[in-house]
Amino acid sequence: MVKITYIDNEGTARTVEGEVGATVMETAIKHGVPGIEAECGGACACSTCHVYIEEEWREKVGEPSPMEEDMLDFAFEVKPSSRLSCQIKVRQDLDGLTVRTPERQA
Amino acid sequence: MSEPIKTDVVIIGAGPIGLFAVFELGLLDMKAHLIDILDKIGGQCAELYPEKPIYDIPGVPFTSAQGLVDSLLEQIKPFGAQYHLNEMVESVERIGDPLFRVRTDQGTEFESKIVVIAAGGGSFQPKRPPIPGIEPYEGKSVFYAVRKMESFRGKRVLIVGGGDSALDWTLNLAPLASHLTLLHRRSEFRAAPDSVNKMMALVGDGKIDFVLGQVAALKGNDGQISEAIVKTNDGSTFDIACDVMLPFFGLTMKLGPVAKWGFELKNNELIPVNTENFETSVPGIFAVGDINWYPGKLKLILSGFHEVALMAQKAYRYCYPDKRLVFQYTTSSTSLQKKLGVSPPPPPQPVKV
Repeated sequence: MVKITYIDNEGTARTVEGEVGATVMETAIKHGVPGIEAECGGACACSTCHVYIEEEWREKVGEPSPMEEDMLDFAFEVKPSSRLSCQIKVRQDLDGLTVRTPERQA
Repeated sequence: MSEPIKTDVVIIGAGPIGLFAVFELGLLDMKAHLIDILDKIGGQCAELYPEKPIYDIPGVPFTSAQGLVDSLLEQIKPFGAQYHLNEMVESVERIGDPLFRVRTDQGTEFESKIVVIAAGGGSFQPKRPPIPGIEPYEGKSVFYAVRKMESFRGKRVLIVGGGDSALDWTLNLAPLASHLTLLHRRSEFRAAPDSVNKMMALVGDGKIDFVLGQVAALKGNDGQISEAIVKTNDGSTFDIACDVMLPFFGLTMKLGPVAKWGFELKNNELIPVNTENFETSVPGIFAVGDINWYPGKLKLILSGFHEVALMAQKAYRYCYPDKRLVFQYTTSSTSLQKKLGVSPPPPPQPVKV
């Protein structure tokens, strides 16, 4: 199991256990973590699972694909650390990953 | 008020499941009207990801989302369903046993024996940017759609976004606006390359401005915008003077009026149904596809196809209470083939040896 921490817009942190191979979005939905909507269900077809990756994790998590960049155009307050959490697979080496959820998804 | 449209079935939502419902209902002689808030048929498949591939439709190894919609339209052609696009169902009222009065926000009224909710994730509505204090400007000087181009003549227009809507309206409004600025967070665009080239040509000719950044706040009075405060990617801010702002951040799905029709919703967003016939807690109202919930539910198009077949069996009992329903296959039933307007190939001739 891999621990993932989601910090919401008000600073509340929630740490849950994710399964390797699931996505960071699915892990949030499964555990009822607020702040991630995932309207399209993980098809990289909306932008309602937008998260900010904490600085120290950015390199390990990696950069968005061109398709994901396109979808990020629909998100609000996009920053260099922005990713869509449906496109990040949980891996063993992401144990401890911390992401922040934006004020609003849609 | 004009007479209500009388029909067997009103289907709310013209996505793939709503479309296939027309087929299954049609085989059992039930006529349908479909209502959708979008300006096109196909739901999410057509609106969100028309070009994305789908690999899990049984018997169809590969199709695009729009391709699936087109195939379904061809498949249901014999049943002459009628479409009411750009309309959102506002109320569903039970007036008989069962008989429903369905009203849309455009004032269209139906009297329908049964109602099938195939509304997917809900109704599509434009995404509102989370700009603090934007509300008083909405509908006055901030618009999420262009209804009348003429109303932008002579105005300083700020368009925000990088997709087809943002680029199309940039090109269309550039000749009318006194000044037009396109604002986008990066220099790549999702929009059609041809539109991007045309836009860049206008920038090259000094006819419009293209600016990189994101809107952080608005200035103005009484709903009339005067400036947008823009944050650049390096964190600095500057103002863009404008009379109107058009943000194009795509669409979002909201459950909308469905939430008020008296169903006990699961997780506040899904309509529980039984898996025998996909009827809701209200007899005569069914829910199929992504909007329903039952134990083990999978949000797959193929699940929705199965659901509408079973739904149609029960719907038949409401529409034709005195008739006996005979189960038939399209492969062998000449009456079903007649409804489909097809004739099977003749049996092979015996071969002489």
